[in-house]
Amino acid sequence: MKINFEHSLAAHCESGVTTSMLRHYGVQISEPLALGIGAGVFFSYMPFIKLHDMPVVSFRPLPGHIFARVTRRLGVSISSRRFLNQDKAMRALDRLLEKGIPTGAIVGVFYLPYFPKEYRFHFNAHNICIIGKEGDVYTVSDPVSVVTNEISSADLKRVRFAKGTWPPMGKMYWVKHVRSQTPDLKPAILSGILLNCRRMLDIPLPFFGVKGISMLASQMREWESKLGARKAALQLAQVIRMLEEIGTGGAGFRYMYAAFLQEASVILGKESLLNGYASRMTMIGDAWRDFAFESARKFKKRGDDVCSYDGLADKLSNIANLERSFFADLREAVKKL
Amino acid sequence: MDIVTSRFANRLIHIIYIMKIEDVPQDNKYLGSTTIRDLYYAVDDKGQYVPVASIGWEPQSEALRITWDSIIEDAESIRQEVLAGKQSPLAYHLEIHLMTPALLSSYTGISRKDIKKHLRPEVFAALDADVLQRYADAFGIDINELKSLGHED
Repeated sequence: MKINFEHSLAAHCESGVTTSMLRHYGVQISEPLALGIGAGVFFSYMPFIKLHDMPVVSFRPLPGHIFARVTRRLGVSISSRRFLNQDKAMRALDRLLEKGIPTGAIVGVFYLPYFPKEYRFHFNAHNICIIGKEGDVYTVSDPVSVVTNEISSADLKRVRFAKGTWPPMGKMYWVKHVRSQTPDLKPAILSGILLNCRRMLDIPLPFFGVKGISMLASQMREWESKLGARKAALQLAQVIRMLEEIGTGGAGFRYMYAAFLQEASVILGKESLLNGYASRMTMIGDAWRDFAFESARKFKKRGDDVCSYDGLADKLSNIANLERSFFADLREAVKKL
Repeated sequence: MDIVTSRFANRLIHIIYIMKIEDVPQDNKYLGSTTIRDLYYAVDDKGQYVPVASIGWEPQSEALRITWDSIIEDAESIRQEVLAGKQSPLAYHLEIHLMTPALLSSYTGISRKDIKKHLRPEVFAALDADVLQRYADAFGIDINELKSLGHED
């Protein structure tokens, strides 16, 4: 049995699953819209949570947030469930599939058979959509794959119950009811933007949003002396991987957010205003890419003119300043709309 | 373009390149043989953002490469210790599968304390098939591979 589900490649797993799931129910939105309405641009630097023995750097909200925010704002009711019992989790999934319901799941990528071997870390926040089952084999619409993939029941069970940092515990989620296939996007867009500004500017802890970028910048200055050259380079590589590795749309979602602002400006009928912000976000994306490029030269030690950690930290704190004024200005502009 | 934007444009002018469709990087390193791709939002001739698939970007695969180089380097030094009889093959497989005793414990149900004991060659050599199978399953290899230091591929 296979649900008639239109698979498409997406930049990010969660906005991708959200978009194709909503499209399945007739709500035609783009992936950038899902990212923007879901307030999906974020930054966090959490030295107190370790992944592979290094502090966690993330450019996205916690898994599940984008999906929950988008569906709530578009009047789509959803359900989600976690499990303690693995067999129960598989039976519950089968029951949904039998009813023809495409089912989202959060999985770990370490045992994900169709993933490139080099990308399989103990990372437990990947989103896929399960769209069919034939015998013992499930069909999966994975937003970072160009086609649908197949996965055995044993493998699927294993990735749904991956262990380590943030174990997904078989979490699955699905759409229950769509109130309107053409929901009013305007209020959803505006509240999505305002929430994103709040998340980037107002969390009163130094680890999150713009403050987190500044904190990473100031700690990075001491990496080499504190950790030694090798560990410092590895930590820098970890930041670049989070920024650019499959699933961000480039520059840690910043390009996709620019695409969102462009689309939002048309929907809101405020092209003259918001398009300026789209170009500003593109420039911020470019600044992140420049940081990634110089960082890679740093850990490749190519050329004599490689940046020092101080130089890289300067780039980061410049980005922090750009994003601080960007989100502050954007908030003012949107409040006036 | 409004005033705010152009002010920022001036400040950033030295690093700006707007990513056009043809600028989307296509540096294949890890993705070529798989169905996995990056998707970038790049700008077309009319200035509109459009999604463009990419097979990789060098700085990004470079970050991944040095990460793996260091894992393999660490694993290699453990491998030497295993060959010298100082550690059991379990230590090597832990490293190459990016696991800690804590993580392996949650996959196998074997306590952390026991896992640490099993890192000693003489204790490991005396393990029964059931325990070995649980380790092998967690690493996705068979018992013979677990007992040896063979590379997976």
